[in-house]
Amino acid sequence: MSTATLPDDPQLRERFSELKPALAPQAAVIEADRCLYCFDAPCTAACPTHIDVPGFIKRIASGNLRGSALRILDANILGSSCARVCPVEVLCEGACVLHRQNRKPIQIALLQRHAMDAFQSSGELLLAAPTASRKLRVACVGGGPASLACAAELCRRGAQATIIERRPLPGGLNTYGVAEYKLRATDSLREVEMIRSMGVEFRFGVAIDSAAAVSALESEFDSIFLGVGLGAMQRLGIPGEDSKGVMNALELIAAYKVGHIREMHGTIVVVGAGNTAIDAANAARRLGAETVYLLYRRGRSDMSAFDFEYDHAKQEGVQFLWRRQPIAIRTGEYGRLLLDTVQVQQVDERLLPIPDSHFTIECDVVVPAIGQSPLAQLIQGLRGVGVREGRIVADLATGQTDNPRYFAAGDCVNGGREVVDAVAGGKRAALAMLKTAEVAHA
Amino acid sequence: MPDIRIRGFAGKIDSPNPFWLASAPPTNCGEQIMRAFDAGWGGAVWKTIGEPVTNVSSRYSATDWNGQRIMGFNNIELISDRRVEDNLREMAEVKKRYPQHVVIASLMVASNRESWHEIVVRAEDVGADGLELNFGCPHGMSERGMGSAVGQVPEYAQMITEWVKEKARTPVLVKLTPNISDIRTVARAAKRGGADGLSAINTINSITGIDLDTLVPRPIVDGKSSHGGYCGPAVKPIALNMVQQIMSDSDAALPLSGIGGIGNWRDAAEFILLGCGTVQVCTAVMHYGYRIVEDMAEGLDNWMRSKGFNTIEDFRGLSLPRVTEWKHLNLNYRIVARIDEQKCIGCELCHIACWDGAHQCIHLDRVTGPLNGHIELHPTPAIREAESRASIVETTVARNERESAVVGPYPTPLARIPRVDETECVGCNLCSLVCPVDQCITMVRVDTGLPPETWDERTRGAACPAQTQS
Repeated sequence: MSTATLPDDPQLRERFSELKPALAPQAAVIEADRCLYCFDAPCTAACPTHIDVPGFIKRIASGNLRGSALRILDANILGSSCARVCPVEVLCEGACVLHRQNRKPIQIALLQRHAMDAFQSSGELLLAAPTASRKLRVACVGGGPASLACAAELCRRGAQATIIERRPLPGGLNTYGVAEYKLRATDSLREVEMIRSMGVEFRFGVAIDSAAAVSALESEFDSIFLGVGLGAMQRLGIPGEDSKGVMNALELIAAYKVGHIREMHGTIVVVGAGNTAIDAANAARRLGAETVYLLYRRGRSDMSAFDFEYDHAKQEGVQFLWRRQPIAIRTGEYGRLLLDTVQVQQVDERLLPIPDSHFTIECDVVVPAIGQSPLAQLIQGLRGVGVREGRIVADLATGQTDNPRYFAAGDCVNGGREVVDAVAGGKRAALAMLKTAEVAHA
Repeated sequence: MPDIRIRGFAGKIDSPNPFWLASAPPTNCGEQIMRAFDAGWGGAVWKTIGEPVTNVSSRYSATDWNGQRIMGFNNIELISDRRVEDNLREMAEVKKRYPQHVVIASLMVASNRESWHEIVVRAEDVGADGLELNFGCPHGMSERGMGSAVGQVPEYAQMITEWVKEKARTPVLVKLTPNISDIRTVARAAKRGGADGLSAINTINSITGIDLDTLVPRPIVDGKSSHGGYCGPAVKPIALNMVQQIMSDSDAALPLSGIGGIGNWRDAAEFILLGCGTVQVCTAVMHYGYRIVEDMAEGLDNWMRSKGFNTIEDFRGLSLPRVTEWKHLNLNYRIVARIDEQKCIGCELCHIACWDGAHQCIHLDRVTGPLNGHIELHPTPAIREAESRASIVETTVARNERESAVVGPYPTPLARIPRVDETECVGCNLCSLVCPVDQCITMVRVDTGLPPETWDERTRGAACPAQTQS
């Protein structure tokens, strides 16, 4: 049995052609040879999962691609998707010492992808501990990167892991939420399939949303790992928000990635200025929308999107409307939307509307993208798991929550960071669970 | 205004510049050599003329290094596969069209007096400016009693040189093989035989590598291989050493045409500084074409200008007195490594090189400080690395990389800039060699307060040399 898959969609592939195509084999070797092979390398230290970057790069240079991939997977089981989605400019590649020589950093992400692609196309499966030895049983709630990393690490070290996912496909945001030109849903699923083959069990369409479900979980498993991510996207809190034609950024991204939306036309307004807002705006352009505005209540220097994401959006043809705030959504003639906005200025810490600066944008779709709300209700019902400011309180080193049977990592703990942070957290939690079990059995 | 012309090399060879093409594929025929002269080469040693051979395919293989093609080059090609009369007819044509350029006939014939007499006369009759006796070819020809089979036996080399000199009217150069334990023995033999000059070195016996799929060494000829002759940038240090050995030996030294890994003006200058009167190039031309000579001539000219040398003779051999036996080196001269914090990029290659490959005196303790006072104890590199990898890192929420500009006095965090323990540093140079940044690690002289003293001086007259002290 394999995990659920998506059909290949040539139109999607063409419209969302990869932002950074793979390196040709010889180009990879030449790039690998540029690596200085630093000792105690800053790139490794900058990676939350501490991938031995010079180690895997030198293996590419020597033609030991299998060894290179295993070196990566040893530290980061999602090495394939991380190679595509990591903001390496601010992580490993940002730490490359070559910057200090005014030289281009080593293209670590592309090299990592080169090794991982070779490994995946070889069809080799990763070894896990024999199933008979699996005494510790762990439920990983949520099928995203944190749970995948946790479950893989558990299986690798002789525990039994079951991933419980409410959606029909595994992978969490890797499958549903990352721009297709960075990571294809099919590639995410291929990676999950590798993890499944290590012996991780998957249950799809199962929501843990009642006290009874939690009790059942507790009676079936020794420990429970929470990798549930964040809650639904924040609402704008303005009149007309539930109009037909308003669709939040994650809904839009998930819909086009699984083929529910194949085209967009007219004028699209994305509200927000984070990386997800940019992904949604770019997607709208690539799906065919003629005009895409990105509306942000503050200025360019305040936006939380990475610089390179901002530059990318400009290249995609996204137009930015700065210091403008939505105040209402109305439905106009012919079913189009009328988005009422006002120019704002910052006075001290407050944003105040500028008189007579009202402006109505006639558009077809409004896409709120102002962040995800902290947490699903699930957590509130979990006995003894502490929550602060909408995040699960968990020990940084072990992921253990206030209830010692519960561990947690990923966005639900850190409030929304990178895939690689979730992987690191999931891995640390798995190791801690194994250690706890060892102590208990000793 | 420097003048890079050569006058009276090996007695009577004048050349527009010291740059000659070595006897090899780039000098296979007259058409090539005339194009080379047009490109700026001063001379060419014609691909060795003799009884035509049959070659195999393939013929070449190379050693790549760290992404660079042809660090070293290997061939199993033999001497010219063209008829003697064709080569000589074209040689006459070249000399007619390019009377100012140097054409040297490289020769290799069966080891008897008549054959050598005949070929010498024929080559000189068509206008060769000099003769180069190929006593060096290490593959194929040597199995037939020619090439390095001659060059490895001083008596044969002397004998054939004498035969040639019986007839030759132009300067005779003997090309030496490096595939011998002491190249001076044959150089001396050539000198005794009356040679007017030498060419060195020929290629070095080699197997460049093995195809790990088929398990056959390269170059592959129908599933088999044979040792070849190695050349290119990789052999330059070996060639320089042999050039120095020859030129420092009064029984061997003759006007020398330097060969071995020369690809640019710097290489050429180095061979000349060790006494060579001209230099010969092959591999670099096979890689990039005749055009490389432009920079060779310009670069040498500019360097001479900056150093105040007006002619090649002004600096030829100037480095020879700087080479001595080890026992004459000053034992009381001391240098230590200094790291320029402003230039350091924090790769820590010097640290690991010093710990694992040298004398454990470059440390990463600028922030933590020496652990144990005067006698320093340091964690080993492996412990350091393990600590680093046990740390918990999360990507920052503050995503504004615009503001993550460098702060502080150095571009690199102080914790990553290594420190040299100068009391322990032996001045070996290793760190400065591995450092990827120019002039970041320099070796600085420290005063030992002791007068110069060599090993020779220290042990002179000593009853028992200090080897036994260990």
